[in-house]
Amino acid sequence: MLDLCLRKRQGDFTLDLAFKVESAEVTALFGRSGSGKSSLVRLLAGLDRPDDGHVRLGGSALFDHQAGIDLPAHRRRIGMVFQDSRLLPHYGVRGNLLYGFKRTPAAERFITFDQVVDILGLGALLDRRVGALSGGEKQRVAIGRALLASPRLLLMDEPLASLDGARKAELLEYIATMAGHVRLPILYVSHAPEEIVRVAARLVLIEDGRKLADGPVEEVMSRADFAAAAGSRTLVTILKAVIECHDAERGISRLAWAGHPIDVPSLDLPPGSPVRARIPADHVILALHPVDGLSVRNQMAGTVLSLTPVGSLVDVAVDVGVPLHAELTPDACRDLALAPGKPVTVLIKSAAIDAAEVAGGDQRGALNLARSNSP
Amino acid sequence: MLTLSPLETEALRLSLLVSATAVAGSLPPGIAVAWLLARFRFPGKTLLDGLVHLPLVLPPVAVGYLLLVTMGRHGPIGAWLYEHLGLTFAFNWKGAALASAVISFPLLVRSVRLSIEQIDRGTEAAAATLGAGPWAVFFTVTLPLALPGIAAGIVLAFARSLSEFGATITFVAAIPGQTRTLPVALYTVTQSAGGDAEALRLCILSVGLALLTLIIADWLARRLERRMKG
Repeated sequence: MLDLCLRKRQGDFTLDLAFKVESAEVTALFGRSGSGKSSLVRLLAGLDRPDDGHVRLGGSALFDHQAGIDLPAHRRRIGMVFQDSRLLPHYGVRGNLLYGFKRTPAAERFITFDQVVDILGLGALLDRRVGALSGGEKQRVAIGRALLASPRLLLMDEPLASLDGARKAELLEYIATMAGHVRLPILYVSHAPEEIVRVAARLVLIEDGRKLADGPVEEVMSRADFAAAAGSRTLVTILKAVIECHDAERGISRLAWAGHPIDVPSLDLPPGSPVRARIPADHVILALHPVDGLSVRNQMAGTVLSLTPVGSLVDVAVDVGVPLHAELTPDACRDLALAPGKPVTVLIKSAAIDAAEVAGGDQRGALNLARSNSP
Repeated sequence: MLTLSPLETEALRLSLLVSATAVAGSLPPGIAVAWLLARFRFPGKTLLDGLVHLPLVLPPVAVGYLLLVTMGRHGPIGAWLYEHLGLTFAFNWKGAALASAVISFPLLVRSVRLSIEQIDRGTEAAAATLGAGPWAVFFTVTLPLALPGIAAGIVLAFARSLSEFGATITFVAAIPGQTRTLPVALYTVTQSAGGDAEALRLCILSVGLALLTLIIADWLARRLERRMKG
């Protein structure tokens, strides 16, 4: 679908990135500030010009240095949501929403005005002036405006960056809903892991203008270089699970993951919902045998895969179906005589597991918005 | 006292006609030059900037003389215009409008340029990602957002045109019914014996007109500012 390979020098900084997006899913671009995420987005949108490389979208070239192709921004059909919403101040909400819609040929449109208003909850805002909107409302209008231009790719450049905590969570819900409703490749730039866990299927990790890792969110987020880029010393394990049942009496929800039941604090989601469980390595305990008489709810059998020193601690990867990270002191490792191949029991407190719904997994009620002629 | 004499009516009518024509004529090139200066870097930019500002610092009489030499019936440009288009600026109200336009041009350009420079390029970029080409961006984003500055420029240029004297009298003299605008009429009256009372009346008329212009300008600026803030 999207195939990009770009090089651009800006002073001392060189951006040199290549990756592909094969399906209509949310791909997160993660990296520290200054890693080149926003530069990449501007190059893709046609707002800056790369020194070399190519961008192909749905089989047609938007940029190709060798062939001398460089489509201007207004002809790329790439939607863009900026950090600061950049609404047109002299148009009302309706005018902003229709600005791109009117410029899109009817045959190319894959979403209607009413659908966008519905998905993003814009009904009550339509007749407002842009100046009378809150930060979160502005971003919703900005997303709606981009969707209504029926883009072939949607770029979201840290859309939550200018909002405070509660507003962030609210807009994140809208974005997750939106991503579940449209079949459109979305690049979501962020440096907040909690946003990525919620909305993205895939993750491209960027540092110093280069790609460090690229793969499913669960896989990349469990890497040491991801933890480092997220400014954390502690590794995490992300498990993709499904809610099996709720037990209101015990105040827990049970997740089913690779044959293991995992109990987490009660979730307000219907059984069957896909979730991602985030388990920080410093909350994982290893034992040599199953243990009785503990408050810890979750026990799993596994075998040690590897031991890697991380600062003054040791990262022990345990194979429980996927590698699960535990952070131990070297002393503990010696005591348990941990070595690759050794069978162990993994203990995880329910309260330490952070589970969140995954966007786009639930396609029930999704509008069928795929274009019949989509490449 | 409250009714205007034929001389006063004629001077007022000419002043308004000449100033309105001068502003209307210089607005399109004024916006174009302001946009060029605000948004582009090109060889000769400093020279263009200097040329635009020249009438602000030159004595108006010098500007009038230069116009006479180039745009007069026998001037290189004036002769060509007369021959090919039958258009002449010599000693008529169109010449007075041209003189006013040249003199007030820098004020118009400065004001428009400042407001274009204040527009967030990001808003224009956002419009481009929504499918708006360069012309659409200019007419739907840049121009509307620059309106407060354009309005201010129009008012400034209009006010400057109303008070234009030096270039006008040098270029097109003081011809009744053609080029005798309020300031020119005032000057003419002060040069004739016993014109004191008439001079005072013309003076008060000028003050009244200037005040009215400023009040309308202020009201307009506030209205536009509010609209453009969204």
